[in-house]
Amino acid sequence: MIFLIQKTLIFTIPLLIVALAGMYAERSGIINIALDGIMIFGAFVGALAAYLFRGNPFFVDHNQLTFILSMLVAAIAGALFSLLLSFSSINLKADQTIGGTALNMLAPAIALFIIKIFFAKDQLEMVPAVNSAGQTKDFGYVILNNDLGPVGRTFFDKAYISTYIGIALFIILSIFIYKTKTGLRLRACGEHPQAAASVGINVFKMRYLGTTISGALAGLGGYIYIATVANGTASGAVAGMGFLALAIMIFGNWKPLGIVLGAFLFGFLKCLGVIYDQLKININGQDVYFLKELGLPMYFYNLIPYVAVLLVLMFTSKRSRAPKAEGIPYDKGMR
Amino acid sequence: MADMNKNDQVREKTPFFKKPGVSSVIASLVSILGGLIVGFIVLLLISVCNKDMSVSDSLKGIVTVLGGPFSAGNSGDILFQLGNMLFQATPLIMTGLSVAIAFKTGLFNIGAPGQYLMGAMGALIVSLSIPTTVVPVWIVWILALLAGTLLGVLWGAIPGFFKAKFNVNEVIVCIMTNWIAANVVSWVFNSTKEKFVNYAETKINFINKTSYNGVATPTLGLDKLFNNSYLDISIMIASAIAVILYIVMNKTTFGYELKACGFNKNASKYAGMNEKRNIILSMAIAGGLAACGAALWCLNGSQDFKWNTYLTLPADGFNGIPAALLASNNPIGVIFSAIFLKYIGVGGSNLSAQSSFNEYVSPLIVAVIIYFSGFSKLIKDLIAKSGKKKKPKNVGYGTEDPTPAADNAAEAKTAEGGSEV
Repeated sequence: MIFLIQKTLIFTIPLLIVALAGMYAERSGIINIALDGIMIFGAFVGALAAYLFRGNPFFVDHNQLTFILSMLVAAIAGALFSLLLSFSSINLKADQTIGGTALNMLAPAIALFIIKIFFAKDQLEMVPAVNSAGQTKDFGYVILNNDLGPVGRTFFDKAYISTYIGIALFIILSIFIYKTKTGLRLRACGEHPQAAASVGINVFKMRYLGTTISGALAGLGGYIYIATVANGTASGAVAGMGFLALAIMIFGNWKPLGIVLGAFLFGFLKCLGVIYDQLKININGQDVYFLKELGLPMYFYNLIPYVAVLLVLMFTSKRSRAPKAEGIPYDKGMR
Repeated sequence: MADMNKNDQVREKTPFFKKPGVSSVIASLVSILGGLIVGFIVLLLISVCNKDMSVSDSLKGIVTVLGGPFSAGNSGDILFQLGNMLFQATPLIMTGLSVAIAFKTGLFNIGAPGQYLMGAMGALIVSLSIPTTVVPVWIVWILALLAGTLLGVLWGAIPGFFKAKFNVNEVIVCIMTNWIAANVVSWVFNSTKEKFVNYAETKINFINKTSYNGVATPTLGLDKLFNNSYLDISIMIASAIAVILYIVMNKTTFGYELKACGFNKNASKYAGMNEKRNIILSMAIAGGLAACGAALWCLNGSQDFKWNTYLTLPADGFNGIPAALLASNNPIGVIFSAIFLKYIGVGGSNLSAQSSFNEYVSPLIVAVIIYFSGFSKLIKDLIAKSGKKKKPKNVGYGTEDPTPAADNAAEAKTAEGGSEV
């Protein structure tokens, strides 16, 4: 059980952060279909930063500091990369789907091009590095805390600092978009930008803000994904996580609470597919691998999360409501 | 009356480069030029940073990419690469058409990879399980193509059904069905391993080629013509389908209804069209097109299909999106944009083989081209504007520009029209 919750958290956090990223862009009126690309870009730059940091023994000693710093770099990279989308869709009023698709193609191209030129490989792996005492240390950010009670162990053993950062960010950003003046203005620009402009809100600025926050979160999510789920390997792909996050955002009805629910449901079912053969319950002192003994193939468990999302959507979709002005370039003359 | 004359004037005055079709092509060409310039700058930066390379290397690099298959070296290789490029463009044309048709109906078909996988599965199973000793080969070929296409139609109809019946965003359903398809295909082939997996060549990751059962698309000697490449008539089939689609979309009531649904769903409903039926039909057609592309690819007879695909989706499915965008969703344009994408791709692999740059510069250039193609409306507006600024000048100097003459003609017409009234 503890194992299951830990695994679920690891899968959920990147999904949660990136779905939140999508929400920020779309509530400000910009469809960010580039989430996948920005994740790839953030993951690549973050991995590159971690690689460079770990050339210095000081950073090998302070592993968690390296993690936090490279997460920061990934977020900045994502924010900068998303400016390409903002520029085309806000300033030049280009089609947002086209801009997003371009970014989705651009990110893996840049990442793989640079990795192959400078490392002569098709992927950038986090290799062991030497610390200040001259020992070779493996890459890994996991925190081990075995001497806690069952509840403590669930959340603090084999955990990543990114999990707490992700949860904290989620709380802060949910409050920001609903309880602050800027958040209200941002949402107004996604619903009716002309009305927002008529009361003196700078629509361009708000949309830039939304998309840039979105980019930073997606970049961060991408790096967290490769650091925790994909063994620290930047390979120009994030297994379609960006698109899944987009789906979870729609699933969550463009609202933080819905998103967190969707992310946990999906993360749980998804990790079930990965670890179903390791799940065991103890019956009369014997370990029983109950899911494995059903004899269903792995593909069945992999299918569950996607089918479940479709089923849930079938019953909840009547309430589904996208921001009204999303995807429509702001035109002052449309008032 | 006055309005009508005004329209006449506008039509007659439109110079060649301001016609909508022409300005679209110009906009695409400007995007392509922009992409190539950015690609060149990237190569230039790399060559400056790298001590082993000189600036001339980057120039040579961009020429290699631009040359596509023609930068292969000797004429035999050029023909071989050209043939393969045309063959590989076939599934891309089909997925491009799939995305374009959905776009025309106001739907974003990001589900082409899943539909593609279903099509491949249908075609492979039928072509490998019907014994060709009993049934003639060409019948098996047609059955396989139909089976693949039909599976794709059904698979594509799912997002359409969800959209029409439950008002679920088609993007999310497409993404889900992609991964469901990837798992279903792997599952089916995993449980029928003995029958379909290529044990003979110990390629256990791949399904038997359809030629194993004697089924292959006719080549009409095209493969020989292009130096034993894979080329067969599937490129012609795809092109014919594109032309048919163009006619259906632009010249029939059905196509008009689909487009009306894309422009304004509520208005088309108000006009008495069944917008729900149109959404489902459009997605079903899109699914069938993508699946047909996969079936054509598999039925070539010499292609290896990787069956354990539950972690990856086929790239040709996603690349249908840029192919459609580059062609501004024009079915005939998709033929050229798909071939162009593969052309740049071949150029990239030649670059990788011939220099210390790598093949990823091609997707980079393509991505930048797509980015710029988003500005096509801006470019078109600029083209339209540029004429307006020039006009008074031309009239003033009385140059050989045809505009004043057209003006006069239109004026004369107006006068005639006026007198009649």
